[in-house]
Amino acid sequence: MNIRVIPRLDIKGPNLVKGIHLEGLRVLGKPRRFARFYYENGADELIYMDVVASLYGRNSLTHIVEETSKEIFIPLTVGGGLRTLDDIHSVLQAGADKVSLNTAAIGRPELVTEASRRFGSSTIVVSIEAKKQPDGTYQAFTDNGRVRTGVEVFGWARRVEALGAGEILLTSIDNEGTGRGFDLELTRRVAGSVSIPVIACGGAGSPEHVLEVIEKAGADAVSLASCLHYKYIQEFYTDDDFSTEGNVAFLRSGKEFTKVKGASLAEIKAHLVRSGVPCREAREAHADE
Amino acid sequence: MAVVDYGVGNLFSVQNACRHAGLDSVVTASRTEIHASDAIILPGVGAFGDAMAQLRRLDLTGALRDAALSGKPLVGICLGMQLLMTESLEFGRHEGLGLVPGRVVRLEGGAAPRPVKVPQVGWNRMEKPAPGTGGDPWAGTLLQRLPDGVHMYFVHSYFVQPEDETVAIAWTRYGPQRFCSALQRGNIFACQGHPERSGPRGLLVYHNLASTLRAGH
Repeated sequence: MNIRVIPRLDIKGPNLVKGIHLEGLRVLGKPRRFARFYYENGADELIYMDVVASLYGRNSLTHIVEETSKEIFIPLTVGGGLRTLDDIHSVLQAGADKVSLNTAAIGRPELVTEASRRFGSSTIVVSIEAKKQPDGTYQAFTDNGRVRTGVEVFGWARRVEALGAGEILLTSIDNEGTGRGFDLELTRRVAGSVSIPVIACGGAGSPEHVLEVIEKAGADAVSLASCLHYKYIQEFYTDDDFSTEGNVAFLRSGKEFTKVKGASLAEIKAHLVRSGVPCREAREAHADE
Repeated sequence: MAVVDYGVGNLFSVQNACRHAGLDSVVTASRTEIHASDAIILPGVGAFGDAMAQLRRLDLTGALRDAALSGKPLVGICLGMQLLMTESLEFGRHEGLGLVPGRVVRLEGGAAPRPVKVPQVGWNRMEKPAPGTGGDPWAGTLLQRLPDGVHMYFVHSYFVQPEDETVAIAWTRYGPQRFCSALQRGNIFACQGHPERSGPRGLLVYHNLASTLRAGH
C-alpha cells in the first residue's frame, strides 16, 4: 500500500497561514502558489482548511477551491466551517473531491451518515483534533483546538467509521506546528481502532518523523504543513507573495524557523523509498520520465 | 465530448481534465447530446446498484449501448468501468450494461502480517500485461505514452474480471490480488483509477483521447 504525503494548507481569508498549536496565525503567502508548487513537486493530494471559518460560521474557500481545481489534478480535500449537506454540496460543486468535517460532526454525528450516503463514503473525511489530558486520556476538540468537547478520541474514531466516514484526518494539537514529531501513541491507538485510512497530522519536522509515524504508528498517510511551507519559503521566498493582512514580519526574522527544520516533498519521499516504504516518487509528478 | 451525468460523483474534475486537454465537454443526461457527441465519458463513484438504477431511470442504458455500437470512443472511469460489465456482485447481484463480458467482484484485504485496507484509497501502479506476441499493449490506446508501472489514484472496493483476459491492458497488484485496472475492447476503453486526479501523467489519458478525436476528423 502506497503511503500518501499530503500538504495541508491552512487558509484565512485570501492567505495561507500557519501557527503553533493551531493558535497565533502567521501569514505565509498566497495559497495558490504553494498549491501549484506542491502539485508540481510530488504532492499526492492537497488539504485546504479554512481555519477561521468555524469560528465565524462561514466558509470563504469556494473561490480558492474553484481556482485550484482548474489547475491541480490531484485529489483536493476541503474543510472548515462546513455545517450542512448544502455546505458540502457547494464545496464539491466548486471542485473539491472530499470534504473534512469536525465541529459539525461532533455537534450532530448523523451528518456524517447523511453526507456519506449522499456523496459517497470516500468523499467524507472526519477530522479529529486531539489533545492529551493530564490524566493520559485523549479528548477531541473543535474550532481549531479552542473548544473542548468532552468526547474521548478513540471511541469517537470508531464511531465515525460506523457512521460512514471514509477516512480520518487525525491532528495532534499538542504537537501541531512544533516540528518535534508526530504523536505516535495517539496515531497508533487510532489506527489500531479503525479499519479506514488514518492521515496523521501535526508535528512533522523532518523526513525521519514521517517514516516513524508510518512504521511505528501505522499511519496510512501523512499531512504536513510547517515542514513543507518553511522549506518552500526558505528557498523560493519572494516579497510579492505576501498580502498586507496578518503578520509577515516574523518571516524575515528567521529565528522562528528554528524549531522546524523543514523538508521538501522530494526529500521526504526519497527517505521513504530508501527505507522500503512504497510511495509515488516526487519525479513522477512530471509527465515525462 | 459528453460526460454522462447520472447524479453520482464529482464531474468537475473530469471536465477540468477535458478542458486541460483541449476537449470541449458537456456534462449531460440527455440522450440527444450523448448521441450527437464525438466521444462519451462514463464517470462515477458510489454503489453499482444505485448507479444502474439511475441510468435506467434516466433512460440512458440504450444510448450508451448505441454509443458502444457506433464505434465512437466510450470511456469508463472507476465505477463507470464497472458499469460496462455484465454484472456486479456488490450488495447482491446487479445487471450491468453488458458491453464487456465479465463481472465485478470485491477486493480482498488479505491476511496478516500485511493486510491491506478496503477500500483502496491512494496511488497504485498500472502495469502492462506480461510480454506476449502483439508488441506494446498500450500503443494506440489511451495509455499510449504513459510509462509502464505508472501510478494512478484509486478509490474503490470492487474491481472488474473480464471473461476474456486479453481485453485487460493493465494490471494492478493490491494485497493478495492482481486485478484488471484498464481494458480496451474495440472502441471501449476503461480504467479503474482516476486519470483526472493522477497528476500530469494521468492527464495524458485525456490528451490521448483528444489526439484520437483529432485523428478521426
